[in-house]
Amino acid sequence: MTFTEKALDSTGRFLDDRLHGAVSVRGFLRKIFPDHWSFLLGEIALYSFIILLLTGTVLTFFFQPSMTEVVYHGSYLPLRGVRMSEAYASTLNISFDVRGGLLMRQIHHWAALLFMAAIMVHMLRVFFTGAYRKPREFNWLIGIVLFTLGMLEGLFGYSLPDDLLSGTGLRITEGVIQSIPVIGTYFAYFLFGGPFPGHDIIPRLYVIHVLLIPGLLLALISAHLFFMFHQKHTQMPGKGRTNANVVGAPMYPYFMAKTGAFFLFIFAVLALLSTFAQINPIWLFGPYNPSGITAGSQPDFYMGALEGALRIMWPWEWNIAGHTLAFNVFIPALVPLGIIFTGAALWPFIERWALGDYSEHHVLDRPRNAPTRTAIGMAAITFYGVLWLEGANDVIAAQLQIPLYTLTWIARFAVILGPIIAYWVTKRICLGLQRKDAHLLAHGVESGIVRQLPSGAFVEMTRPVPGRDRAVLEYNRVNAPELPRATPEDADAVPAPETRSMLGRVRGSLNRVITEGMPLTPDGHGNGHGNGHGDGHGAPAAVTGGEPALEQDGGDGAGGEGHPPGH
Amino acid sequence: MSDTNGTHWDEPPDEPAEDEPRGPYRVIGTPPPARTLLGEAEHASAEPVVRELPAGPDDEKKAKGAERIVATLFLVSLAASIVFIAAYVVLPVHSLDNVFRSNLALGLSMAVAFGAVAIGATIWVKVIMPHVELVEKRKPLASDREARAAFTQTFNEGAEASGFTKRPLLRRTLIAASVGLAVAPIVLLRDMGPLPGTSLRHTVWRKGMRLIVYGPNTPIRPADFAIPGQMITVVPDGYQDNQDALAKATTIIIKFGPGQLVPDTPQNYGTKMNWTVDNIVAYSKICTHVGCPVALYEETTHHILCPCHQSTFDATRGAAVTFGPAARPLPQLPLGVDAQGFLIATHDYYEPVGPSFWERG
Repeated sequence: MTFTEKALDSTGRFLDDRLHGAVSVRGFLRKIFPDHWSFLLGEIALYSFIILLLTGTVLTFFFQPSMTEVVYHGSYLPLRGVRMSEAYASTLNISFDVRGGLLMRQIHHWAALLFMAAIMVHMLRVFFTGAYRKPREFNWLIGIVLFTLGMLEGLFGYSLPDDLLSGTGLRITEGVIQSIPVIGTYFAYFLFGGPFPGHDIIPRLYVIHVLLIPGLLLALISAHLFFMFHQKHTQMPGKGRTNANVVGAPMYPYFMAKTGAFFLFIFAVLALLSTFAQINPIWLFGPYNPSGITAGSQPDFYMGALEGALRIMWPWEWNIAGHTLAFNVFIPALVPLGIIFTGAALWPFIERWALGDYSEHHVLDRPRNAPTRTAIGMAAITFYGVLWLEGANDVIAAQLQIPLYTLTWIARFAVILGPIIAYWVTKRICLGLQRKDAHLLAHGVESGIVRQLPSGAFVEMTRPVPGRDRAVLEYNRVNAPELPRATPEDADAVPAPETRSMLGRVRGSLNRVITEGMPLTPDGHGNGHGNGHGDGHGAPAAVTGGEPALEQDGGDGAGGEGHPPGH
Repeated sequence: MSDTNGTHWDEPPDEPAEDEPRGPYRVIGTPPPARTLLGEAEHASAEPVVRELPAGPDDEKKAKGAERIVATLFLVSLAASIVFIAAYVVLPVHSLDNVFRSNLALGLSMAVAFGAVAIGATIWVKVIMPHVELVEKRKPLASDREARAAFTQTFNEGAEASGFTKRPLLRRTLIAASVGLAVAPIVLLRDMGPLPGTSLRHTVWRKGMRLIVYGPNTPIRPADFAIPGQMITVVPDGYQDNQDALAKATTIIIKFGPGQLVPDTPQNYGTKMNWTVDNIVAYSKICTHVGCPVALYEETTHHILCPCHQSTFDATRGAAVTFGPAARPLPQLPLGVDAQGFLIATHDYYEPVGPSFWERG
């Protein structure tokens, strides 16, 4: 008997007798994981979260979530004899008197930054490749909630040490809450247990930070992974990859080993960062007091856009009938991220409605093949990016020697104009790349060999695109049915009734915008501009909505049953 | 499986185990070929077992070399773990230098311990494990018609048996009860804090209360604060360590030269001159935007700047806003001098300090 046989004979039998595991676990072991570098982004977020749980647990053993005032008598000499909260004193204690405490604190903080950064990039990947499409809308929505919760979790986490920087963050949070019309003042008083700062906020944030939000995150991440597992992975277009299969290496032993290694690799990188890159040295900031502040106060990066939105706003406040409406505070606090999150949440549904595309998608889009989506994504990145940079405008002004107010004025314009320019430029670039692909397919790869014909003319030799690359280039995303048109090509035809309503017109225009330049025609003469639907080449096969229709490769005849789109 | 008919592992189920032909790359998702874990091994049938994964590496020679490298890396990791433990035991903390040294040793050994296994395992996968690409079939996620019909039936039967649809009285009273269950616990949140009342409208400043210089904790005479262009932070006497009081009452005083302050007129923002003493003017230090302390003062322009969001106030003109998101001037504190010649407040702020709130008006 070999080693594995022995193990299976004893342990395997014991478990299977009780859990019926041979069937389900075998399916798990043979689960196929498609490979692409961008699929690692979600894993980075997941593993950062696990590292956050591990290091956070160590920190709770030593942290005192209390605002009771004490006089510091610990090892850090410059603060000896200073009055401070127990929370701050215990954080100093973790840093200076607990072996490995500083390392745990720094890994925890770096892991939080990596967690948020990985979520952001992961969401961008999912957006730009269209991975959010049916059947994965739930996971997209869960992702948005996870990102929002992550922001809150981070804000509450870095508020806990009660140092000068974190207290300033809390003061801003309180000021923003207070500005909410009608309920703001009450909300702030209930949250802080009275006037700011009070003695309740740290213990309350603590239980939210270590129990409530991590519990929610854990539940939602589990749901996220369960859905992903159940629906199977998406894959990049490529040879042999269709909407009806998953191509890749199995879980056992390949993915298991790779992902385990990746987890350890992330842990190693975070340990290295925490060894050499100091983060949040709270002992330099001193304990919080409401009269003090340091110049260049910056929140963690994922709060930067909110900070920038607050900075960019003009002083707009109304007093009506004895009440104050502080537009200058609650608008920047709620609207910009509100637009991004709400827009992101609605987008999958808007897109499928506008395209009339109700089929399942398991092969990802190359961003260039969905120019409008890609352009919208870049516009959102630009909008967020301008706000984010403006959140550090004082630092940028100091570094680049630009007057601060000039920078704010630039940002005020850029936040509107930037996204428009980004949209336009991105769309052009996508269309250009599509044309390049079409050219490659039609005329092949340049070989660098020039031949002279008997007639004396010179021609350059090309060879056809190799099969593997060809499969990528030929993958055509448009399997969507054509919507009924408001203005049919046949001038005598009567427009379909559903296109004449208000909603129908909106849908028609959206459809035109979204499908602009989407399809590639196989002969390479597809137009970059305009709507490829009408040009006779590669008109997409109709896959219609409502019924579960699994498209075949290349969209050649999936089982639609002729329902009109819109079901 | 075995549990359905009580058979033992040694007696494999008597259903035909495998009669379908299989290619070298069996499509995943079809029924598994082996019905037992070990039955197959012990009752090996005559037909050869078709593998999905090759047993050995693509290149045995390369794998041999990789094996040595991987094993070395794993040993390096073990050594690093030992160093980590040793560093924990040997290196003291309790001072800045010691802490940094300990952090360096612990962090570096930890990174090596994790990183060596990570790199080793990656080489293992890439070089020693054979390269495979399997294809798994995807089934449509939507259930077929029969399954949906069966579900509908099950659901409807349950609804009918429970009487939930047939008995509106039960249904409606249950909904009413759930509303109560959902709403009642909310009252428990009421005691999380007091009602704001008018507390945001007032600070602890009172008539005759001395201005105490924040830090040195001493009262101040106008003569001690004679050089124009200075700004210092003051707090109300007796509240130096009361954070709740300071969050609203912290004040800045700025000394000006004669004629620099612009008086308040009905047309223009300006400084209330009768609230100043010897061209010393006092403003709330709590920004009217979201409450950061307005700690920066530029002497040449007389601008007070909030470092958080760059609201800028003109100190000569009643702290009127000149740039940034704050919508209101910093409130001015009426100043006077007491019998000993120390600066005092002659009244609380006449308007609420700090950020806007709904009831502010």
